Amino acid sequence: MNSQIIKKIIKYRLFWPLVCLFAVLVVNLIRTPDFFNISINSKGVLYGYLIDIINRSSELIILAAGMTVCVASSAGTDISVGSVMAVTGAVTCFLLGTGDAYNIPYVLAVVAGILAATACGAWNGFLVAKLKIQPMVATLILFTAGRGIAQLITGGNILYIKVKNFKYLGSVLPGVPLPTPIFVAAAVVILTSVLLKKSALGMYIQSVGINAKASRLIGLNSTLIIFLTYAFCGMCSGIAGTIATSRIYSIDANNVGLNMEMDAILAVALGGNSLAGGKFSLAGSVIGAITIQALSTSLYSMGVSADQLPVYKAIVVIIIVSLQSKQFKKFFKNFSQKQKITGAGEKVTQ
Amino acid sequence: MIKSLRSKLSGNNFLLFVTIVLFFVLYISGMVIFQDKGFGKPQVFLNLFISNAGLIIAAVGMTIVLITAGIDISIGSVIAMTCMLLAWMMEKKGMDAWISIVIVLIVGVVFGLVQGFLVSYLNIQPFIVTLAGLFFARGMTAIISDEMITITNKAFLGIANAKIYIPFISTVTKKGKVIHPYIYPSVILAIAVLIIAFVILKYTKFGRSIYAVGGNEQSALLMGLNVRRIKLKVYALNGFLAALAGFAFALNSCGGFVEQARGFEMDAIASAVIGGTLLTGGVGNVIGSLFGVMIKGTIESIITFQGTLSSWWTKIAIAALLCIFIILQSIFASLKRKSK
Repeated sequence: MNSQIIKKIIKYRLFWPLVCLFAVLVVNLIRTPDFFNISINSKGVLYGYLIDIINRSSELIILAAGMTVCVASSAGTDISVGSVMAVTGAVTCFLLGTGDAYNIPYVLAVVAGILAATACGAWNGFLVAKLKIQPMVATLILFTAGRGIAQLITGGNILYIKVKNFKYLGSVLPGVPLPTPIFVAAAVVILTSVLLKKSALGMYIQSVGINAKASRLIGLNSTLIIFLTYAFCGMCSGIAGTIATSRIYSIDANNVGLNMEMDAILAVALGGNSLAGGKFSLAGSVIGAITIQALSTSLYSMGVSADQLPVYKAIVVIIIVSLQSKQFKKFFKNFSQKQKITGAGEKVTQ
Repeated sequence: MIKSLRSKLSGNNFLLFVTIVLFFVLYISGMVIFQDKGFGKPQVFLNLFISNAGLIIAAVGMTIVLITAGIDISIGSVIAMTCMLLAWMMEKKGMDAWISIVIVLIVGVVFGLVQGFLVSYLNIQPFIVTLAGLFFARGMTAIISDEMITITNKAFLGIANAKIYIPFISTVTKKGKVIHPYIYPSVILAIAVLIIAFVILKYTKFGRSIYAVGGNEQSALLMGLNVRRIKLKVYALNGFLAALAGFAFALNSCGGFVEQARGFEMDAIASAVIGGTLLTGGVGNVIGSLFGVMIKGTIESIITFQGTLSSWWTKIAIAALLCIFIILQSIFASLKRKSK
């Protein structure tokens, strides 16, 4: 009876991703006992490792949400998200201008930036869904060109925004105890999951991801669904790009969102989602994103330099992905079965 | 059956043909536009090889991996690690240049073997495995040294700066001096790798089985090929070639630093795709990849010769080309589907 419950828990989709996150947190707790402390600083803002982790992982969570549906619908990854973030920031900052006041209303500029990102996503979607190009190659185009386009918009300069309220999105709103990015990330995740769960869209995406041809035969417009997921992924990169720009209140087209695409794909994989498409779990990706950030933050707190960080990340990734691989599970199963058999044999002889 | 095969071949060959024609069109237009600046000099042409020797080697390795329907995005980091390791061993440990070179090549093979094992025996997606490889190698580079190490080893610099003059071709300067164009040993290395890879892919059992695995893994398995071992070998080979590319890179840069060759893997993939390699596997040609690299080099030198355009135009131009080629490929693929 007991073992059945354990089996059920182990079979639960989010079990392994949660175990990973938990392991990282426990290691932290042992290394730095005040890890879970949360205090309020002089400005009335909550402050502590945990808040920091969630705050810093906001962009990654948003990107991972977009990446998850992309991967689910087309079994391919969108590697252009980092470059698209740069494009968004460039468009927004260019429209706002570097003067003492905004050239155009703030909201308008942000919307324009996110629209530009959505257009980038739509372009990717067009290539993938309509022209049937492998997602990685299709998005390689914007991966290469994106930063070039962003440079073109900014004229190759780093644009600084002087108006104060530009910072709010990336830091804290006055009077609110939590950093704004957390709210944005939560809003994106909740809206996405409601949209996917309450409508049939989530089901459609899974069905297209498992077999696009069969889905078309039962009357789903596979092309449109794949197109929409890529456009959505572009929109998510746009939102993440706006936050990233606001964090540093400037746009540096060469460095905004650098290597974020890799982290986003990693978050999806760590969340227990198959990169071969089909079934997906948004919650898994969110957990994956937080795990990555928790790992980075805890390694920083242990004195690992930013350049050396990737080594540990790579080791953790390989361990987690190997544990989740079918071959390994098979091996493990065979091993435990053998033990059971020998155990039974011993009982008989006794 | 034979007809469809022929149309398939002509489709793929046609793309290669387009690539080669495009290269010549680009190069000749460069020669016409920048005639007064000396774009037509043989040395400018050879510089394409000199500055891209590492990329040629890396693109050859990438092409082979892509043919098996895999991918290796770790090569940029492996190149950085190789350069750094070479510089570190020679400068900080005072090791012999040749021994250091052999050691980094072995490191490359081991790196490739581990990745190959994870891909073929544990069935993890190549993208994820090599993504971890990318992180790992880049991080190891930083662990070896945070600061840039410049190579001053005499034997190594001797190889790096050995100018090999090409006889028979010569230009005469205004002062009446006869100058032969020259290349560096890294170019010879790159050309040798290219030729060997071409022969292996075309004429050996191993080469043909690589195509078989990429074309259809299931059929290859049913044909009795040891698919896993072939994949393992391919990734090991690619690790070796990445280390070799790193060596060629070090010959050019004479130093190692953490940010070296970032994004290099995407250049290699782009070159292979422009050269007609399909990411779905089974189709590809190292000669095409060579021309892919050459096209990138030509665009770069045209932009350098032009002088006023910024370097990001290179990126946009490459992306536009990539886009055209990808769309061409997809049109051919859909035509093929219809003819069936």
